[in-house]
Amino acid sequence: MDPMNYIVLAAIVFTIGAVGVLVRRNAIIVFMCVELMLNACNLAFVAFSRMHGGIEGQVIAFFVMVVAAAEVVVGLAIIMQIFRTRRSASIDDANLLKN
Amino acid sequence: MTSMLAADVHAVTTAADGGVLSYAWLMIALPLLGAAVLLLGGRRTNAWGHWLAIAAALASFVWAVLSLVQLLGRTPEERSVSVHVYQWIKVGGFDIDLSLLVDPLSITFALLITGVGSLIHIYSVGYMAHDENRRRFFAYLNLFVAAMLVLVLADNYAVLFLGWEGVGLASYLLIGFWQHKPSAAVAAKKAFLINRVGDIGLLVSIMLLFTTFGTVAFSPVFGAVDGAGQGVMTAVGLLLLLGACGKSAQLPLQAWLLDAMEGPTPVSALIHAATMVTAGVYLIVRSGPIFEAAPTAQLVVTIVGAATLLAGAIIGCAKDDIKKALAGSTMSQIGYMTLAAGLGPIGYAAAIAHLVTHGFFKAGLFLGAGSVMHAMNDEVDMRRYGGLRTVMPVTFATFGAGYLAIIGVPFLSGWWTKEGIIQAAFDSGGLTGQILGWVTVLGAGLTAFYMSRIMFLTFFGEKRWAEDAHPHESPTTMTVPMIVLAVGSVALGAVLVVNYTLAHFLAPVVGAPHHEFDLVHMLTSPYSLAALALMVVGVGYAWLRYARSEVPVTAPKGNFITVAAREELYGNAINEGLFMRPGQQLTRAAVAFDDHAVDGVVNGVARSVRAASENLRLMQTGFARSYALTMLFGAAVVLATTLGVNLA
Repeated sequence: MDPMNYIVLAAIVFTIGAVGVLVRRNAIIVFMCVELMLNACNLAFVAFSRMHGGIEGQVIAFFVMVVAAAEVVVGLAIIMQIFRTRRSASIDDANLLKN
Repeated sequence: MTSMLAADVHAVTTAADGGVLSYAWLMIALPLLGAAVLLLGGRRTNAWGHWLAIAAALASFVWAVLSLVQLLGRTPEERSVSVHVYQWIKVGGFDIDLSLLVDPLSITFALLITGVGSLIHIYSVGYMAHDENRRRFFAYLNLFVAAMLVLVLADNYAVLFLGWEGVGLASYLLIGFWQHKPSAAVAAKKAFLINRVGDIGLLVSIMLLFTTFGTVAFSPVFGAVDGAGQGVMTAVGLLLLLGACGKSAQLPLQAWLLDAMEGPTPVSALIHAATMVTAGVYLIVRSGPIFEAAPTAQLVVTIVGAATLLAGAIIGCAKDDIKKALAGSTMSQIGYMTLAAGLGPIGYAAAIAHLVTHGFFKAGLFLGAGSVMHAMNDEVDMRRYGGLRTVMPVTFATFGAGYLAIIGVPFLSGWWTKEGIIQAAFDSGGLTGQILGWVTVLGAGLTAFYMSRIMFLTFFGEKRWAEDAHPHESPTTMTVPMIVLAVGSVALGAVLVVNYTLAHFLAPVVGAPHHEFDLVHMLTSPYSLAALALMVVGVGYAWLRYARSEVPVTAPKGNFITVAAREELYGNAINEGLFMRPGQQLTRAAVAFDDHAVDGVVNGVARSVRAASENLRLMQTGFARSYALTMLFGAAVVLATTLGVNLA
């Protein structure tokens, strides 16, 4: 199977994630979209690794997963705290630094 | 002639014998120490401070006498002794020692300064008895004497400048001693500022000497004068003259002297007789070799002297304030000395002789004026005096001796020395000599008039006293110095001038007298007779105006010359119009430029930065999603650029 298809798929998933980050207000959804973008990157890394016959792309994909896991831990904790104090999960409401 | 003179002038020996002369610095150190103790000791020294100051001044005088004795014990050629005290400045090729020069000229000045200075110290004990700041006053007097001694004993121009500035400082402190009076504070500031103008002249001339000769010590400079260009010497001479004008109150820097009368009277006596105003004459005589190499500068010196001689005398004729009239007289007499000093070697000895006798009779006159003021509740208006000769006999007698000396009654001090100057002026030859000579003769007549006016207004005629005046004779501490000075006013001239004693003593420094002493010639020369005749006319006219006829208590309006003389010949108006107002306008313009142009640029930059940041601030919306869009956009741009570069 042509690895190029995976690259195209990765691009489509990344775009969906990026658009979701930009247009959605709900923090949880935005967060999930960020995960989508990261996974699209992983897919592209693995596909490139396969295309070039190297191992580096797969190693980096593991790194990305570790980072993503850590990010989920921290990010979800922040979202939880914001939700507890403001009764809202909208990222537009979190604008304390502006004032 | 000049080079021959230079050869014997500059034979300077060093004091290695460990005698009195090698400790010449004690003359300066003693009064300086006195000033330091009194100023640092504070109120604890109030009780005995003035006696310490007198002791310091007297000790300095004794040391000067001992130095004179030692000098007289040497042959005339060995009477210039350089005393090295310590190395002051050494930077690269710039090498200045703090060394003193004890020679006939400087010791003459040192004796005058410490001698008359000590008498004024003693007088001040009585005069300042009721002043709560008497200790501070004596500290400043000691400082003044010390600074003046540094000036005259210096062996190079840098040390001379040190004393020069010290004198300026001490005069500022003393003129403004009663600083609670605004007029005294202003007078002190005025004296200080006008002296600064002169100081710039002296400073620049010292710099010129250094760049020309590479040294500022007297003997190397005077030895090398012949090799330097006449242009440089003329410039140096004129700048030295500017300095001398500032200190000696010569035109055009004369304006401070009359205002300086705001100080206590002993200060006036000290400034006018022993210190300060004599400094300019000393500078010109000391720098003789420089002036001899610059005839133009010499001519200017004589012109300044002649002009000041007449201007001072005219001012003295119109002032009703006894101290200001005497101050005009000082200007005029210093004008005589400056004129003589400008004549070159022919006049140096005459200038110094007149300076010494003037020191005595002018100090006596000022102390007498102080005694009168002391008795009359500090009244200074002579129209409020009159008939004081019976009430204050000692003051009358001593003041009278000084008066007869200054107007040039034959065989009194002033006559001997003034005749010397008149003779030197005519002897200098040519049309210039004739003009200068007749100016000095005319000055003698004016002197007789204004001094007789003071004398008659104060001691003769009706009593025009204020209601509450109860004049009385002054205490002994005041009368004794006046008596000593009166003796000097009568006898000193004969001692100094007969057989040219002083001139022969000064010969190693200023050159030998040009002819033999001839008393018959002095008495019978037409110029001498003319001066005598004018003197009699002056006294007679003053007698008619101020003793025979009624003197109004308020001054009559007077003709335009009187009005001008009362206004000090518009010297202050000229200074204000030419320098003060343009100066004020300049500062105002500078302030406006600073406020609008300089501050405008700085404030404008600040304002535009602020406006720009106000606008930039709006870009921060606070919406996380807009930041995300910006980041995406930025990442896309970076990516596109990288791709574009790689593909190209």
